[in-house]
Amino acid sequence: MARDLNKTKKITLNDHEYKVQDGQTILDVCQEQGIEIPVFCAHKRLSVAGNCRMCLVEVEGCGKLVASCAMPVHDGMVVHTNTPKVKESREGTLELLLANHPLDCPVCDQGGMCDLQDITMAYGVSKSRFLENKRIVPDKYMGPLIQTVMTRCIHCTRCVRFATEVAGVEELGVIGRGETMEITTYLDKAMTSELSGNVIDLCPVGALNAKPSHCKSRPWELKKTESIDVQDAVGAATLAYSKGSEIIRILPRENPEINEEWLTDKGRFSYDGLKYQRLDKPYVRKGGRLVPVSWAEALMVVSDKIKSLQSDEIAALSGGLVEIESLFALRQLLDSLGVDHRDSREKNVFLPYSARGDYLCNTPLVALEKADAVLLIGTNPQQEAPLLNIRLRRAVKKGAVVGLVGAAHDLGYAYTHLSQKATVLNKILSGDHSMADTLKEAKNPVVLVGIDALRSEEGESIYRTARGIAEAYGTVLNILHKTTGCINGLEVGFTPKGKGKNTAEILKAAIKGDIKLLYLLGRDDLLRADVGDAFVVYQGHHGDQGAQMADVILPGGAYTEKQGLYVNVEGRIQETQIVTPLLGGAKEDWRIIRALSDHVGQALPYNTRDELLKVLNEDFPFFKQYGVLSKNTLSTFKGPLEIRRGLLETTVTPYYLQDVIGRASPTMAACVKEILCAKV
Amino acid sequence: MKNRIFTNLQGKDPVSFLASTKRGDWDQVKDVLKKGPQAIVDEIIASNLRGRGGAGFPTGKKWSFVAKDTGNPTYLVINADESEPGTCKDRALIRHEPHKILEGILLSAFAIGAHTAYIYIRGEFREEAAILQQALEEAYAHGFFGKNPPKTAWPLEVYMHQGAGAYICGEESALLESLEGKRGLPRLKPPFPAVSGLYGCPTVVNNVETIAVIPTILRRGAAWFKSLGTAESSGTKIFCLTGHVNTPCVVEEELGIPMKDLIENHGGGVKGGWDNLQAVIPGGSSMPLLPKDICTQVSMDFESLSKAQSGLGTGALIVMDRSTDLVKMTARLAKFYMHESCGQCSPCREGTGWMWRVLERMAVGKAEVKEIDDLLSVSHYVEGYTICAFGDAAAWPIQGLIRHFRGDIERRLRQYSKVDI
Repeated sequence: MARDLNKTKKITLNDHEYKVQDGQTILDVCQEQGIEIPVFCAHKRLSVAGNCRMCLVEVEGCGKLVASCAMPVHDGMVVHTNTPKVKESREGTLELLLANHPLDCPVCDQGGMCDLQDITMAYGVSKSRFLENKRIVPDKYMGPLIQTVMTRCIHCTRCVRFATEVAGVEELGVIGRGETMEITTYLDKAMTSELSGNVIDLCPVGALNAKPSHCKSRPWELKKTESIDVQDAVGAATLAYSKGSEIIRILPRENPEINEEWLTDKGRFSYDGLKYQRLDKPYVRKGGRLVPVSWAEALMVVSDKIKSLQSDEIAALSGGLVEIESLFALRQLLDSLGVDHRDSREKNVFLPYSARGDYLCNTPLVALEKADAVLLIGTNPQQEAPLLNIRLRRAVKKGAVVGLVGAAHDLGYAYTHLSQKATVLNKILSGDHSMADTLKEAKNPVVLVGIDALRSEEGESIYRTARGIAEAYGTVLNILHKTTGCINGLEVGFTPKGKGKNTAEILKAAIKGDIKLLYLLGRDDLLRADVGDAFVVYQGHHGDQGAQMADVILPGGAYTEKQGLYVNVEGRIQETQIVTPLLGGAKEDWRIIRALSDHVGQALPYNTRDELLKVLNEDFPFFKQYGVLSKNTLSTFKGPLEIRRGLLETTVTPYYLQDVIGRASPTMAACVKEILCAKV
Repeated sequence: MKNRIFTNLQGKDPVSFLASTKRGDWDQVKDVLKKGPQAIVDEIIASNLRGRGGAGFPTGKKWSFVAKDTGNPTYLVINADESEPGTCKDRALIRHEPHKILEGILLSAFAIGAHTAYIYIRGEFREEAAILQQALEEAYAHGFFGKNPPKTAWPLEVYMHQGAGAYICGEESALLESLEGKRGLPRLKPPFPAVSGLYGCPTVVNNVETIAVIPTILRRGAAWFKSLGTAESSGTKIFCLTGHVNTPCVVEEELGIPMKDLIENHGGGVKGGWDNLQAVIPGGSSMPLLPKDICTQVSMDFESLSKAQSGLGTGALIVMDRSTDLVKMTARLAKFYMHESCGQCSPCREGTGWMWRVLERMAVGKAEVKEIDDLLSVSHYVEGYTICAFGDAAAWPIQGLIRHFRGDIERRLRQYSKVDI
């Protein structure tokens, strides 16, 4: 009850006395105490606008009614929220808001989840005295994600405030005044932010709707499933709405420690990629062509191949969307087969994995906001983890200094571009650089290393120097992953065992012909040229690069079709839920591996997911604690290593096409065309 | 009247620095400054000077609210964005008495501890801006302003900023937003400008007329100023007489003068005689109008006019004789308020347009009698529910019309419906 200690003041609210904290507004106290106050413009994560005038309350001693969202509490204040005067003001304001708001609820996509509708039902009057023609506002183009019906806009300016304050793009604004006031994008351009979809949630009416799901359903006919987003490593909480076997929309759920209440556009809109390019039956390549076969035949082909090879001739690689269960099952199967060559990391990425802290972002997302000096190395958080970037942006707004080593990008806030060469890190470590002074003076310095920085032969020296810098300035090393699958692999030991080969070595050996069977678990960043003549088994859910070159395809489920554990960038264990059933003949991924283990004669000791988790928990006890932030330790530090050369490059995959789901999604393709191509 | 402050209000003399000093401007500035800032604030409090911009808030009290020792600079902002229909007092002052304004700026800035002052002048005042700029340069040249001014030893930079033609920028917090380069939207209060104003620093915003009377009060003493006018409305006030008067004029008079005297003595009487008077808007377009029988008795001061359910406002009298169509007139005012609403608050944005449309119909008679009540109730939804006082200003003229001329409107509506049949 540490929070209560700060509550030094008392106010009287509807004849009850409450202890309140300095700096709270009347609305804050009411929301805390469960006293409902209708609002349109107020939002706890945005600045106060005070323009909707719905939240007026009576404060004794004030002649006029007071906007509760803007009025700070003071000691001895007496507030009434349910007097006739307040009721009259609510009725009046609602009547005026509805004067120019079209009463087109039957055809409005917001119907059923509309603040204006709900508040009118609760606080409004049932008829209007406004007989004049209503205002017509031309619709605005805001890109492929946002459908606008601007006549419905009630000018709360939440969207404008979100774009400027949270997303960091000044792309939405207000023009005109009085009745002719309009919300618009600059010159009718698409919103370019990776977080643009959040304005749809913020819009209290049907002015901003989701374009991909526009007019497809009503909220009450949809099934809601609480899940998480796995398309970046942040692991935002989501609420998926589905109708039958189709996902209609994905909205964020509130999780103050991870995503607050925002969601990235990729996590929100790429779900239509789950309907295209899907693998729904097993295939085996016969005479150069992939032919659909039965599960039994496909597994037989794979197991025969495995049995015909030495354990040293088999290797496995996992991809970015793979969950813990299948990684663990495959690892156990490989262990029993004596296969040491396996990896979940990208090619040539140096990333130690002997302790959890070595490869995680050890500074919690919430703590990133408190940073006062940030060193970014070879990363573009705006593209790799937009929700993490929000936290950094907030830190910058509070005065944090950000220095970037690597390719320069638009991050949505001001930063110093230190150099594109990694060698500058040597200087920062030795203290011979202005950034070193900044880090030294900082109370909460943060060092964040992107995966791209750890690629190439300088990966190890960059990693060790970055860790050296972090430790020299009294902080910890943070790794920013692009995918959650890589973290999952490292978590359950899907890594080279003993003298086993890593990704780069496996691929080299495959081209040489030493690796004869390559098991790709949802791995899609490789081409046939990368793997030589190896026999490729692809297990996954999309017919992307991995499936195209495969000799056998084993169709699995996407993250919306199975329960699966995922570890986010901070090391939190989270679980996806089944939103829609598996497609056609596809099976849960761990079951495929379980079935294969039978065929190769090394049956895994579990038949249900619960049994699997039991075995998993024996090996990794921390998987029992869902959603908890663990205290991560790092392995002993071998000391920094001088970086000799190294121009840091960042890969140029467009944000919307970073994974197989995005690549199969028409919406994401539209984003590339209308947002990214229009930018250039 | 003998006790005039603005001796050149009619513009009979030149406005140059030299001519102004002959009229007594910039006299004894050093002696006044010697008293110290607190003494000046006390003197203004004692004089009971109330703001001349319309709200009538005691100026000395406003100054005393300025947050001190914040570590931030204090700003003085002069509101010269005079846009209230019917009002032209500040324009006359800028044209003919610019040095009184500048002297007032110096003394006020010294009193509140400001080293920077901004004059936010209405965009349409092009000639006036040129005159004021000229006067400003003269004052700099004569050593009253600057980094180290020889005449005063009080560092003070004064900048003039021209607005872009929005009525709402006359509202003090919208003015500050506009001055900062943002959209002119009124701010939420609290915090008040005295605590967090321009660029988040303590700021005093004063009307041109308020600032311009300050040098004279300090020279002649609070007691002198208080001896003029009434108990609650001390001193003199500039009145603007427009409309159906024989000689429209801007004139300085003692507060508390009977309205009839003001119109007869200075405006040359109502066209067609006092009996031809229908109504007067006593304080700029925002104030509710008063019918003839009240006008005959009421005095021009804050308390009498508010007792008559109107207000002194800016002191601009719009006189209307019997030829005036009051409903049409109110509809025109409503259109002005619809056009000038900033659009921030829901009630004002939606309500001003609604009221205008209904009034336009009423002006021709095309409405039902019960709509008069609807109009009145909607005007109450706009009044008092908004961030700034614009909502009140838009509602009051309509409430005034219905209060005093409801019978006329009803008659018109009935007549129209009869003709229609």
